[in-house]
Amino acid sequence: MSVVVRTIARIIVPMILAFGGYVIMHGHLTPGGGFQGGAVVASAVALIVVVFGAERLKRRKTLLSLLEDLGAIAFIALAFLGIGVTFFRNVLAGGGGLFGVPVPPGPNPGFLDTGGTLPLMNWAVGLKVIAGLGSVVVLFGLFGGKDDR
Amino acid sequence: MTIGIHVPILAIAVPLLGAFALPIFAKVHRNLRDLWAILVAAFTCAMVVALAVQVFTSGIQLYTLGAASPTATVVQGGFPIRIVLVVDGMSAFMGLITALVGLASLMYAFQFLKEEQGKTLAMTLFFLLWAGMLGMEYTGDMFNFVFLEVTSIAACALVGYRTWESRPPEAAFKAMAMYTVGGLLVLLAVGILYGEYGALNIAYLSSKISGTPLDKVALGLLLGGLLMKAGTVPAHMWAPDAYGEAPAQAAIVLVANTQASLYGLFRVLFTLYGGALSTPAVGWLVTALGTLTLLVAALMAVIQTDLGRLIAYGAVSQIGYMLLGVGVGLTVISSRPDFGLVAMKGGIFHMMNDAATVGLLFLAAGVVKRACGTKDLRALGGLGHDLKWTSGFFFLGALALAGIPPLNGFASKFLIYESSFRLSPILTAIAVLGSILLLAVFVRAFQGVFLGPRLRTVQPAPLGMLIAMGVLAAIILAFGLVPDFFVRHMVTPAAEALWRGRDLYLAAVLGG
Repeated sequence: MSVVVRTIARIIVPMILAFGGYVIMHGHLTPGGGFQGGAVVASAVALIVVVFGAERLKRRKTLLSLLEDLGAIAFIALAFLGIGVTFFRNVLAGGGGLFGVPVPPGPNPGFLDTGGTLPLMNWAVGLKVIAGLGSVVVLFGLFGGKDDR
Repeated sequence: MTIGIHVPILAIAVPLLGAFALPIFAKVHRNLRDLWAILVAAFTCAMVVALAVQVFTSGIQLYTLGAASPTATVVQGGFPIRIVLVVDGMSAFMGLITALVGLASLMYAFQFLKEEQGKTLAMTLFFLLWAGMLGMEYTGDMFNFVFLEVTSIAACALVGYRTWESRPPEAAFKAMAMYTVGGLLVLLAVGILYGEYGALNIAYLSSKISGTPLDKVALGLLLGGLLMKAGTVPAHMWAPDAYGEAPAQAAIVLVANTQASLYGLFRVLFTLYGGALSTPAVGWLVTALGTLTLLVAALMAVIQTDLGRLIAYGAVSQIGYMLLGVGVGLTVISSRPDFGLVAMKGGIFHMMNDAATVGLLFLAAGVVKRACGTKDLRALGGLGHDLKWTSGFFFLGALALAGIPPLNGFASKFLIYESSFRLSPILTAIAVLGSILLLAVFVRAFQGVFLGPRLRTVQPAPLGMLIAMGVLAAIILAFGLVPDFFVRHMVTPAAEALWRGRDLYLAAVLGG
């Protein structure tokens, strides 16, 4: 791709990553969440594939599949955290520790440090979707064969 | 913490965790992967069996995800808001079938699959499919039929992962198209029910459904979607391709997967719509589809020249027998005569028998494919000289599938014949005709593949594969020789759960 496209992609990719991270991180407060944010980040991967070619990312395939596995395992492990009471029990919510601040009743701007295991699960799903969709995009790029890049 | 109350969710969560952790262990070392697979499978089977024992001795088991206690199904006001697992006799019985098939498949897979041909991938997908099937069978929540999608994706990938051959991807694509359409129909039905009643819990919906036109539309969509996934006749075309092209250890899990869809159908017909719409018309529809399926599939089996496809049509025809048995029960459920329950027992018992016999046949066909590299009946012959055990197992499976006494196929088919005769002798005549056709087909296949002069020298099957087949053969013999014992302790609770169990189901979830 031409130098204009490459330069703009270099500027835009960090922004997409930041926005995707924001959507994942605020999944328990605003519309969105792990899947949606993961898809946003994967669109950055798609941009990289289109602009710089899939060959650049070929070596990262193993890393991506490993991350995808880890995301799924993390999700199930978080669900297992609650097994002392019931599976999927939100044991961190309101406990005062990580993401454990109790939510004050009534309208509020949204507090990030709440939600217990929910934000963590959003991150696990996000990781899985980033890696999963990302590797799908990379594979499509690789199967495309030689083109004008 | 006691493990006893968490058994239902552990049976689903552990194979799911097993599936995702397997590739990571495989990267460390092969033996570690195999050890992990064995541990996960053993634990899952132990959970399924423990759960079945709990259900058969003390009734319906509940598990509420994320609640303060596993039995706290409803929030204040009597509304069930959380995901609930409800395991009654029928669910527990289906779980046993799934566990049995999964165990046999995994035992077989260790020596059947080759490392360089995606062994890790196939095992990962297997565990995913296993978890999905158990999830479908234990769920008490319509939306948890998303496990339907989990099984669809895992099953299609299992059919088509051997991309270096030309036909598996094509078969997988066909199956994927059918599964997706079926899954969308089910999703649309779930959406309609949710829009109408604002809930997804099966027990709650069942208590509210009154038979409005929208309910009927949803019932039609559910019937269509689930029958499509079960491979009944108007939508059976994906099944022979998928079964025929899938590797043997996957084909037998696919059989259990179609039965999981059938289970979903029965749950919808008897529990969800048991109060409002269990009319003879729906029962006759199911009966007619079952009869059509068993006849058409048996006729199609006659003309097959590929061993895999031939067994596949046999498997499809067995789905017809199950639908026939349960359909007869559904037709007469309003007056509840004795023969209705007998028909249900026959149909449900036949699910277990079908899993064992068709599974055994697929595994034997896998040995043939491994030894000769082909499943073309015209190119095979005389394998009985070298594959002695395999030919014996194939013969046993063939006879059981055709319903020859004293094997298990006879035990369940006899219950179906006996009871469908009371509804309409024509049904019985067609069912017997189907069995005779299947006997002819499988005797010919056995003769063509295993008898005759020795055409080539082949390696006999390794011990692990023989043990896997031996387990299924033992089931066939045991269920055939003492059917009364199994019918009384396993099949009757399952049939009763559908036949009269709706009130118990609702009371257990909604608290009376």
